[in-house]
Amino acid sequence: MGYHCIVCVKQVPDTARVTGETMKADGTVNRAALPAIFNPEDLHALEAALEVRDQYGGTITAITMGPLGATKVLRECLFRGADRAIIINDRRAAASDTLATSYILSRAVQKIGDFDFVFCGRQAIDGDTAQVGPQLAEKLGLPQVTYYERMVDLNERTARMRRNVGNGWEVLEAKLPVLVTVLDTANEPRPAGARKMMQFKKALTAQELEREVAADMKDATDEQRTEELARRIETLRMNRLLIDQWDLDDVDGDLQWCGLAGSPTKVHRVQSIVLTKDGFKAIEPTEAGVRGMIHELIVDHTLG
Amino acid sequence: MIEPNRKGEIWVFAEQEDGALCDVSLELCGKARELADELKVPMAAVLPGWNVRELSYRLIALGADKVYYVHDTRLEHYRTLPYSRVMCELIAKHKPQIVLYGATPLGRDLAPRIASEMRAGLTADCTDLSIGDYTESKTKKVHKDLLLQIRPAFGGNIIATIINHDRWPQMATVREGVMCMGDGDPRRSGEIIEEKIEFSDFDLAVKLIERHREERKINLKAARTIVAGGAGVANKENFQLIHDLAGAIGGAVGASRAAVDGGWIGKEHQVGQTGTTVRPALYIACGISGAVQHRAGMEESAKIIAINWDKEAPIFSVAHFGIVGDLQTVIPMMIKAIRERA
Repeated sequence: MGYHCIVCVKQVPDTARVTGETMKADGTVNRAALPAIFNPEDLHALEAALEVRDQYGGTITAITMGPLGATKVLRECLFRGADRAIIINDRRAAASDTLATSYILSRAVQKIGDFDFVFCGRQAIDGDTAQVGPQLAEKLGLPQVTYYERMVDLNERTARMRRNVGNGWEVLEAKLPVLVTVLDTANEPRPAGARKMMQFKKALTAQELEREVAADMKDATDEQRTEELARRIETLRMNRLLIDQWDLDDVDGDLQWCGLAGSPTKVHRVQSIVLTKDGFKAIEPTEAGVRGMIHELIVDHTLG
Repeated sequence: MIEPNRKGEIWVFAEQEDGALCDVSLELCGKARELADELKVPMAAVLPGWNVRELSYRLIALGADKVYYVHDTRLEHYRTLPYSRVMCELIAKHKPQIVLYGATPLGRDLAPRIASEMRAGLTADCTDLSIGDYTESKTKKVHKDLLLQIRPAFGGNIIATIINHDRWPQMATVREGVMCMGDGDPRRSGEIIEEKIEFSDFDLAVKLIERHREERKINLKAARTIVAGGAGVANKENFQLIHDLAGAIGGAVGASRAAVDGGWIGKEHQVGQTGTTVRPALYIACGISGAVQHRAGMEESAKIIAINWDKEAPIFSVAHFGIVGDLQTVIPMMIKAIRERA
């Protein structure tokens, strides 16, 4: 009994920390200079799944798509109680827009199969689009409940959930399976468990192990390395510490819907905003001066 | 997905709740009208709902040549799936080239669902839209007259221009308040076209059990914008200016101790060490000199505008925008600029 929850998580650059130093000379953001963090609202999505499991039992599978370094957020999920972790890692998935991303995630969710809930954070802080959740729901042929605040009632195959719609709230009733996007006001994510941290800090993918072996056994022959790798993979698998690593072939992804080819939106041009946080701008007390200031405040999200 | 269709109309999804159109849909009508004139194609609004036919006239007044009205009791209150069904069916039938949505909680729930089903591109939260050409960097192929979708990205640190040249319609959600809302012309004429849409059991499977709407209360600590007045406002009558500006922005009214002591406004509005400490997205200090006790209560605000006749006032040391001038002239200019959404 219980429910199988799949939680989609993303590793993102900490956009709140963009400063003058993290901007490149050409005015673009140097992503590498920013710390990579667990997308904040995805932690709330994980917590929502953990709450379901706490109350009704079941299992939690965490998935992410990204470079291998993103296994860090999967370990964070394991530290908090996820039962299984999967990374979708494929160079051919690079440059995916939200539509291609949701397609690839939908293939992975279908491969995992047999689930009751898919939880996603409402949006990721590097794009703020809030599009992947609804698009993933459509690709999976599931109903969606966006802006989830709490479970009102969960009875067998029917869930009643409260969602925040900005100027009020609603309770929706949906049959499972359902996709839910979670707001940061929904809950208080639990911290990593100390014992689980000890247990799962060594959780790795096979490819990460391969790199580890290569570093540990510089003077060994290829054969010895292969042997050692197989041994370490087996040890991890037995201890349930192996993070599954899938590429687009593993999830049976049709390449025409992945990566750049699968992305209808293209970036035409990018301009940086001059950081004015510490600056001071004198505005002339004229209609033109005031109008320019108001326009600037609307464009940078301060107003409106 | 539909093929690029140069004769396609420009559409606005007309969002309404309880029989009232939301502001951003009205703002979008003006923008869509401009785009339609530039491309020399008709502009239409899509209005799903129940007993809201009369809203069509407002959409026509604001620039729509046609309103596709879908009248159905099952569309009385928004639910993702039936609304998505309406939009997808109509897009497949009429093949518009551009579809615009307000970036409201509703629009941001609906538009991506439609984009996924139509396999079309969607850009979230645009702050500007225009028509322009795009050259593919590899093939040098030129695509003329595309919708340039301009949006802040990366936590607001960059401005990206997004295009969608092959899988149409070109769709975008647009932030509230960035486009100018016209007055409209009630004499404009347009066509109201009633459309019937079939729903499947799946479309209607999610039930709306309870629905609650609330008036947003003004709360100094929670306010995104605060307009505060100080000694420089000079008297209680002038303090109305502060209320007017706050009203125009949708912000809360704050005050320095001098204004509270003067009896121009209640103590609950006082910002500063002995009042409330605030950190809104925008703080507008009007006629506040900026004693350290006041600054302590507001200097963490993300953006600060200071308006004061005294260019030496310490408030300017914490401000991002400083206007040296008379409140009586500057504040009305600001209200005008906001109303026009320059």
